[in-house]
Amino acid sequence: MIGLTHYLAVAAILFTLGVLGIFLNRRNIILMLMAIELILLAVNINLVAFSAFLGDLVGQVFAMFVLTVAAAEAAIGLAILVIFFRRRGSIAVDDVNRMRG
Amino acid sequence: MHPIIFIVFLPLLAAIVAGLGGRVIGKTASKVVTTGSLFVGALLSWPIFLSYVAGSAEPTVVPVLEFIKSGALDVDWALRVDTLTAVMLVVVTTVSSLVHLYSWGYMEEDPSQPRFFAYLSLFSFAMLMLVTADSLVQMFFGWEGVGLASYLLIGFWYHKPSANAAALKAFVVNRVGDFGFSLGIFGTFLVFGTVSIPAILAASPGMAGSSIGFAGLRVDTMTLLCLLLFVGACGKSAQLGLHTWLPDAMEGPTPVSALIHAATMVTAGVFMVCRLSPMFETSGTAMTVVTYVGAATAIFAATVGTVQNDIKRVIAYSTCSQLGYMFFAAGVGAYGAAMFHLFTHAFFKALLFLGAGSVIHAMHHEQDMRYYGALRKEIPITFWTMIAGTLAITGVGLFGVGFAGYHSKDAIIESAFASGTVHGTVAYWLGVFAALLTSFYSWRLIFLTFYGKPRWAGSEHIQHAVHHVHEDAGEIASDHDSAQDHGAATVEGTAGYHPHESPWVILVPLILLSLGAVFAGFLFNHSFIQPEGGPEFWRGSVAFSEHLAHAMHEVPAWVKWSPFAVMLIGLGIAYRNYIVKPDAPAAFVAMFPHLHRFLMHKWYFDELYDVIFVRPAMVLGRFFWKRGDEQIIDRFGPHGAAYAVGVGNRITARLQSGYVYSYALVMLLGLIGAATWVFWWIQ
Repeated sequence: MIGLTHYLAVAAILFTLGVLGIFLNRRNIILMLMAIELILLAVNINLVAFSAFLGDLVGQVFAMFVLTVAAAEAAIGLAILVIFFRRRGSIAVDDVNRMRG
Repeated sequence: MHPIIFIVFLPLLAAIVAGLGGRVIGKTASKVVTTGSLFVGALLSWPIFLSYVAGSAEPTVVPVLEFIKSGALDVDWALRVDTLTAVMLVVVTTVSSLVHLYSWGYMEEDPSQPRFFAYLSLFSFAMLMLVTADSLVQMFFGWEGVGLASYLLIGFWYHKPSANAAALKAFVVNRVGDFGFSLGIFGTFLVFGTVSIPAILAASPGMAGSSIGFAGLRVDTMTLLCLLLFVGACGKSAQLGLHTWLPDAMEGPTPVSALIHAATMVTAGVFMVCRLSPMFETSGTAMTVVTYVGAATAIFAATVGTVQNDIKRVIAYSTCSQLGYMFFAAGVGAYGAAMFHLFTHAFFKALLFLGAGSVIHAMHHEQDMRYYGALRKEIPITFWTMIAGTLAITGVGLFGVGFAGYHSKDAIIESAFASGTVHGTVAYWLGVFAALLTSFYSWRLIFLTFYGKPRWAGSEHIQHAVHHVHEDAGEIASDHDSAQDHGAATVEGTAGYHPHESPWVILVPLILLSLGAVFAGFLFNHSFIQPEGGPEFWRGSVAFSEHLAHAMHEVPAWVKWSPFAVMLIGLGIAYRNYIVKPDAPAAFVAMFPHLHRFLMHKWYFDELYDVIFVRPAMVLGRFFWKRGDEQIIDRFGPHGAAYAVGVGNRITARLQSGYVYSYALVMLLGLIGAATWVFWWIQ
């Protein structure tokens, strides 16, 4: 029987993968965006799992919101990325350090 | 309202108006306001004084405001009017108003006249507060007020480094005296439980003979208090030891020298001793000290005055010397004579200073008498008024009729002899010798300035006035330097310069003051010092001794004649050395070079103080500055902190790599930390 714990474990694994994707990824920003998507998905799994476990639909409704926002965020992120590439000619993460103090 | 309110507070009001509003109302309005306030004061003061002379006035105290009420300390602003105050009121307001008027002419070309007149009026206010004080605290207020005004006025030409140095010196030396004065006030409060002057004077005789602990010793209470207060008097009145600031104060404009450093402020010490005379009477030791200090100052300043070349410095040392006379008069108990000399001296000394100012004005700011000569015909009114002042200071007079100084100075000398004590006799001989020197340097000033051949050509100032261009400045300066040496050949000739008599605003005060110098002694002699008129006049405001006043008349004839004789001798020496044989002084200097150098260096007081106080203070100051401040406080304080911040910055700046993922990592770590803290510690 697959219980709540299993869902949470999958979510935790996804979340960790996402975080590691952000920190260890040195190649390009698209991968970083995808890692963020992973994190959001991990959160969604949590929300849905708890929703089912507690018998409360609000969690699933909230998951739908998160998906929507994630889609919008991905769109904006990609758009920024395109412009960024046009200006800098590169999307390698290691080149992006203009915030350096 | 009592007129004293107006006399005292109008100058303050005028000072505020001219000082703060001078820019708005303009210089003429400022001058009118300040001068007007002092003339009103003078017009109100004379009737008060004359009513005391006539014996028809009673001492009064006019309350103004509450000042301090704290436990046993109870001080009010109150204006005391009695004979002593009335004398000072007349002196202060008369001289001050005439000096204000004189300054219209003398300061004509100065760009900051409103400031000057505001300071003058502020000074007059402070001095009036001092002389009307009913408590020691209020007297101290006036005391510090005149010190402040004196500082501001000596440094009036603040662009001159020498003026700033002189102002600082005056302020610092006066602090020494004021320290003694404030200790005296504290001690008086401790002993009597009050600072009200009448209460202290009333309680003083009861305290005679008691002792008090001071600096680990048991000392006589009244002697200690009187000596502490006398230290204050010494500072303000430039007595030996604390006199060094007075000659340097001549850096100020000449009207200031006349008002503050001759006629009024420097007499504050004498006034204080006379005001507290019942207190001083209870301590023989203190009186002896006052006598010796006064006599020593009289002789010291007179000797130094004989070798000065700057016309203002001669008069400054003369002032110092005359203040010495006043003090030893007070020291032998002749308070009437001391105040009388203060009164007459104010007129003739202000006259001499203002006259000197008129000469300086005529000679295009040249102050060195070696470049004067033959000015008698050029500036006749100044000459005749200066003659009146000189006759007054040297004490010319015969058979009870004479110039102002004859009445007052002879009274002092006779009183010193008549007191019959050892220190009185010493003071008598020193006083007579000082009178000889007084006559010599006063006539020397007159002869050098007004007689002989013109020696104007050697003066740098005159050269500038004649040519109106800065010629070869180096050559002139070197000429000037070589002429500093006494006895160096001076250049004779007029250099084509024509001195001009001063305008009437300068001459009118001179003429009015010469009236005072001629008549003040004769007119008020009876009231101030005579055994018949004195008690009626003073009415207990000073400890007037009828016995001494009687004894003064019974001194031997040779004592009576001695001041007159030495005056003639001094005149004779001056006449011989500066008219008959103009090369005699140089020969004298060649004969006694050490004596001359000793006098030129003013008995080496400045050098001595430089070694004892100034240099150690500089060394100590440098130590605290370099070692204490820079190497400890700054190093570990502000500079250290700034350095630490810089280092910290460099370290933290390295964290700001600019990579988004590293920021995200830090945020995540922070979040984890926060979450851990919440779940671990809160639950």
